[in-house]
Amino acid sequence: MSSTPLIQMQDVHKYYGAYHALRGITAEIAEGEFFSLLGPSGCGKTTLLRAIAGFEEISSGAILLNGADMAGVPPNRRPTNMVFQSYAIFPHLSVEQNVGFGLRRSSMSVGEKTQAIGEALEMVGLGHLGGRAAHALSGGQRQRVALARALILKPKVLLLDEPLSALDRKMREDMQVELMKLQREVGITFVLVTHDQEEALVMSDRIAVMFEGEIAQLADPEVLYRRPATKRVADFIGVMNFLPATASGRSVEAAGLGVADLAADQMPAGPVAGACTVGLRPETLSILHDGEASMAREASAEIEEVVYYGDMTYYDVRLDGMDTTMRISMRNMVGRDVLDVGARTRVGWDPRAMVVFPD
Amino acid sequence: MKRSPLALFAGLYLIFLYAPIILLPLFAFNDGTIIAFPLRGFTLGWFADLANTPALHEATLNSLIIACSVAVLATCLGLFAARAVTRYKFPLKGGILGFIMLPLVLPEVIVAISLLVVLMQLGINASIFTIILGHTLLCMPFAIAILQGSFAGLDVSLEEAAVDLGETRAGAFRLVILPIVTPGIIASLLICFIISLDEFIIAFFLSGNEPTLPVYLWGQLRFPARLPVVMALGTILVTLSIVLLIVADIFRRRGLRRTGQSETGGFL
Repeated sequence: MSSTPLIQMQDVHKYYGAYHALRGITAEIAEGEFFSLLGPSGCGKTTLLRAIAGFEEISSGAILLNGADMAGVPPNRRPTNMVFQSYAIFPHLSVEQNVGFGLRRSSMSVGEKTQAIGEALEMVGLGHLGGRAAHALSGGQRQRVALARALILKPKVLLLDEPLSALDRKMREDMQVELMKLQREVGITFVLVTHDQEEALVMSDRIAVMFEGEIAQLADPEVLYRRPATKRVADFIGVMNFLPATASGRSVEAAGLGVADLAADQMPAGPVAGACTVGLRPETLSILHDGEASMAREASAEIEEVVYYGDMTYYDVRLDGMDTTMRISMRNMVGRDVLDVGARTRVGWDPRAMVVFPD
Repeated sequence: MKRSPLALFAGLYLIFLYAPIILLPLFAFNDGTIIAFPLRGFTLGWFADLANTPALHEATLNSLIIACSVAVLATCLGLFAARAVTRYKFPLKGGILGFIMLPLVLPEVIVAISLLVVLMQLGINASIFTIILGHTLLCMPFAIAILQGSFAGLDVSLEEAAVDLGETRAGAFRLVILPIVTPGIIASLLICFIISLDEFIIAFFLSGNEPTLPVYLWGQLRFPARLPVVMALGTILVTLSIVLLIVADIFRRRGLRRTGQSETGGFL
């Protein structure tokens, strides 16, 4: 990795008329990183990606690639290539012609081009399909062609706009792993746009979560999941129980959970005093079946809802003294019975899993 | 299978529609000047007569010049309009498109008379040029309808992908957009050509002393002896029209397939 970041975004704003699509994006992406822009539709993630590619001109701020300001540089002169959401495979050309499209203006000899095309197709596992017409490809094959077509130019950055959204679930999971492998192999910086939190968590080195044109949190997947910065981020990524609480310093009290003294990284950035919200992920809570090891904290509870998923069971439980229910996910194991609605049980948790959000 | 009254109606309808056209070649090859049954015998004489009529050659040349010019002009304008309509949003889009499509439903006589009045006011004499203008007006809706089909299925990111891969805007249009819409362009050229070639009313009003083929045909109807020659010419025109229409539709369908669209019925 070089010392200067490959991509620098400095206070990037974008207006469409009166609509403020990007509101001061500042972030840096290092060379060789798998970086994801994650957010709901309309959060500006695609606009930001297209701004990096050069398809959108930003209203103010700067985007630097390799230290050079990209203002006014058209997409065909930027060291970036893009995999479009629709893949944008040229329907009138063969697979080989599609992949070789970007080499038209290169100074390579015909032999070198043929070899490069072959290697690119091999890399995405389509070595045998070079001669096929583009309109005769399946969705997964189109995606691979789009990848090969972009990677053959050896860009500094590969931009991917929701590349897996058109595939079915099984194919999507396979492609996630393949994309990760591919990225490690070629060592090119990948910037991925997605609305699928699972996809982002699986593939990325770092994730920028975006809401309404702003980055709400930029962190690696584990920090993002375990220590979300805001309630909204916590809610968008995975499932989290939110419980009303009161804080004084780092001592937090929630009805049913008692008082807990938390670490600094569990507290929000700003000072908290009085009413706040405590978050707990469902898998950090446990139904303590008879004979199972006890946890740091325990309380009696009643089960109000049971959802059986095969490998997992989700329980909605109400701890004694608590107004709302909490969701708990338990892995189903031999000797661990699925409990019924209305059953009394003991619930265990560890205060180290708690996150506090200001109200 | 039980034959329904509707099938009978459809059969009668088709006979009524096409019987006169079938009579055309019948009498064109008939060895007699009177257009009546019984047929007298087979001859190619009327077609030979066509070759020896200088006025007809002049009319044919006029028609070809007009039809070719109209095809190119209407298709070029249609290309701009179709791309603008499918690609961009702008105020009054629907209204503007409506006005361009209007000649499709306006009575041709009205259009022809209005054009004549306007041209007279402007001091422009009726000529081949004025017919080209009139026919272009008439053909624009067809050109746009066909080309819109080609452009509608075109993914915007195709063009962006080409630019992203190093092409300029112009290169992207030439290498990606144009090849994909080419079948539509050819279909539009052929359709406009036929419409202009067959058109009578506007040509009649605006032709001055340079008649087109249909106008020449109409003039010949005054001479009963020339009737079989008219039939022969009519046969050629009908055959040509049918062939070109079929070719045009083949291209149009190929274009739809290329952009991955499904067939939605004919364009007319």
